[in-house]
Amino acid sequence: MAFTPPKETNTGKVYSVTIGSGDAAVTIGGENVLPFHGFEGVVPNKPAIAFDVLDTAPVDWPDTVREVYAGVSDDPVKWAKHCVENLNAKAVALRLSSTHPDNGNRSAAEAAETVKRVLDAVSVPLIILGSNHAEKDADVLVKVAEVAKGRNCLIGKAQEANYKTVAAAAMAHGHMLVAMSELDINLSKQLNIMITQLGFNKEKVIIDPMCSALGYGLEYTYTVMERIRLAALTQNDATMQQPILGDVGMYVWKIKEVSASEEILPAWGAMKERGIGWEAQTAAALLMAGAELLIMRHPEAVAAVDAFINELM
Amino acid sequence: MALTGVEIFKMLPKTNCKKCGFPTCLAFAMQLAQRKVSLDACPDVSEDAKQKLGDASAPPIRPITIGAGARAVKVGEETVMFRHEKKFVNPSILALAIKDTDSGDVMAAKINDCLVSEIDRVGQKLKIDALCLINESNDAGKFEALAKAAAEKAPAVAVILCTENVDAAKAAIAHFSGKKPLLYGATEANAEEMAKLAKSSGASLGIKAVGLDALSTLSDKIKGFGVEDIVLDSGAKTAKDMIEHNTYIRRAALKKGNKSLGYPVINVAVRDNNMLETLIAGLGIGKYAAIVVLSSAQKWKNLVMFTLRQNIYTDPQVPMQVEQKVYEIGNPKAESPLMITTNFSLTYFIVAGEVENSKVPAWLAIMDCEGLSVLTAWAAGKFTAAKIAAFIKESGIEGKIANKELIIPGYVAILSGALEEKLEGWKITVGPREANALPSYLKSRTA
Ligand code: B12
Ligand code: SF4
Repeated sequence: MAFTPPKETNTGKVYSVTIGSGDAAVTIGGENVLPFHGFEGVVPNKPAIAFDVLDTAPVDWPDTVREVYAGVSDDPVKWAKHCVENLNAKAVALRLSSTHPDNGNRSAAEAAETVKRVLDAVSVPLIILGSNHAEKDADVLVKVAEVAKGRNCLIGKAQEANYKTVAAAAMAHGHMLVAMSELDINLSKQLNIMITQLGFNKEKVIIDPMCSALGYGLEYTYTVMERIRLAALTQNDATMQQPILGDVGMYVWKIKEVSASEEILPAWGAMKERGIGWEAQTAAALLMAGAELLIMRHPEAVAAVDAFINELM
Repeated sequence: MALTGVEIFKMLPKTNCKKCGFPTCLAFAMQLAQRKVSLDACPDVSEDAKQKLGDASAPPIRPITIGAGARAVKVGEETVMFRHEKKFVNPSILALAIKDTDSGDVMAAKINDCLVSEIDRVGQKLKIDALCLINESNDAGKFEALAKAAAEKAPAVAVILCTENVDAAKAAIAHFSGKKPLLYGATEANAEEMAKLAKSSGASLGIKAVGLDALSTLSDKIKGFGVEDIVLDSGAKTAKDMIEHNTYIRRAALKKGNKSLGYPVINVAVRDNNMLETLIAGLGIGKYAAIVVLSSAQKWKNLVMFTLRQNIYTDPQVPMQVEQKVYEIGNPKAESPLMITTNFSLTYFIVAGEVENSKVPAWLAIMDCEGLSVLTAWAAGKFTAAKIAAFIKESGIEGKIANKELIIPGYVAILSGALEEKLEGWKITVGPREANALPSYLKSRTA
């Protein structure tokens, strides 16, 4: 009997959004089907990967990934340029970690200066992230949004505790916004609704449903992302149609599997490959679940995920 | 398509004889409708009903067992497209490929890689499940030699025999009598002979065609030859083909009641780039492959794949948990330290592992928090000072230790004041935040 493919088409579609400005701008989203289901609909854009750059030299990164940036990590400008010029980064995520009250407590003005210097140095789209301290981020991101005006950056993370201030700043200076909630589709939906009720353009939001590493809650993130995508496509839920961010690197490069040496744990095998594989697999799994934008750290993990995307498209 | 309990009931003998283990035919019918029992349990059902019910009550994706004995593995029987709907049932099998053109050393090394692949993670034993022997040479003698070596060195391991050459298949399969191998290589050209061989040797049959139309036709043909245990290879060469074919096959079986494609799927993840191969295996694990064939099985790669498989196949409704009690690690004495954490499996195994690493004997109190991690349980109001105090008092640990001191996880330092109030006479000590700091912490306390 001839086989008729059981195609499923959807009423909904993910917004197609462009981050950055000029020739280097990157567009993600736009698909009207589940991830990589080009066989039954349109998938106009590839997912994008941004390299994670800190505003202060990392002290707690395992050697496997710290060594890669050994000569450049003392300065975010050098670091970002290295990513773009030598590692072929299509986007950079500048993480203002040193503004955290427990990690240097640098002022908003200093952070803004850093952002300005990095923006002057690279033309690829910039994701600008605070230190994940809701109160301090509100302060920092307001200043930062101002100096980044005109570059259509992606700013965040707006969370329940600070979204009003952060969204207002992003809106005033024409940026996009990361909306982060805690591993729950309803919380994510609710935050998106509250942000758009402020008058923020719903097509300029990126959903961060909260990441987790392979083996450390990945199944929760995977399933929340999958459910968000299904809601967007099959229920045409306009509050869930934004592209999804997987902030992978920072969750992966702190767990034991990426830092315990083979001498200590012979059963786990080569540490370097294990670490790179861990980051790449976490990222690849989230792409399968619906992420369109990833933030990663190790260039070899990024290369593997790129190859994976290319084979899928 | 699936029948309701009442529809099934109408076809049963209606004698309520209880031989099936249920009090009434109706009760049995209800279980049958949910596919929780097999029709075989009723000895009196008519041939006619058997015919009708057999088709309707068969799972939409046929279960298939490869191998025999303790290392036999089962695939198929999946019931949903997405894991939030219901637990995925039978974890994908990871099979390590060995070619009959590989040197003897390579063959021996790969067999060994499979045999030593077992890793314990979060209380589960995970391993490379099968060997996939490939008749790369197309020579019957070489293939038989490889089969013989595998059967001798890894007699318990499930085996996949990959060849389209009927003579080679015959020669190799003789070494696995009674061991239910998967004979992987039936095509349009050799269908009848392969089907005969599979039937006579008790093997399941892997069938290969290019595209789903041809695969469907071949599947019907093979079934016509009397083979029931079929595994599908749609000829997917790229990740793009894999996701398309696997999705269509799963959907057709689950949503359209398509019987021709209601079988487990095998994908070859072999790539030149090993990191990419790992990710392609991951695609298979997440997106509907029952068997994934790999070119190599390094320990680091195994850990990545096993962990993903474990994550994807856990029950989304019930977090993995361990029993509430005070665990003894390394024969603790009255002076040994006492620590507390929650009963989320991941938390328990990480913390217990680090306490073991420290070589300091200790008591580890595990409190039932419905399988939530420390911070999640705290945020959900399940790991509170009052509840911890009550648990410690009831656990009887007080009678076993000399110093009433309780070490709590660093992330819930905030609980220490309230705990000291609730646990009178106890000293509450805040431990490190991350468990990997426990060995040096515990050692320095005893020094
Ligand atoms: C997965 C997850 C969930 C899952 C649950 C998973 C589970 N089985 O617990 C789900 C989605 C259900 C969930 C729900 C919620 N979550 Co939650 N969740 C997480 C997440 C991502 C990972 C948790 C995890 O598995 N950690 C791994 C385990 C091993 O960690 P652990 O148990 O803490 O153990 C470590 C240490 O504590 C230490 N340790 C453990 N025991 C001991 C003992 C001693 C003696 C010592 C010294 C050390 C030690 O060692 C371990 C490894 O280092 C975290 C954020 C994150 N990335 O960490 C948020 C997080 C824990 N969740 C949070 C919250 C707020 C919630 C919710 C209340 C929010 C909501 N969505 O409504 C709910 C509450 C649940 C409920 N039933 O009501 C917050 C808690 C905030 C806070 N600081 O209080 C977190 C931190 C996220 C955040 N940043 O906001 N969550
Ligand atoms: S064994 Fe058959 S006839 Fe007897 S009660 Fe069960 S279903 Fe009814």
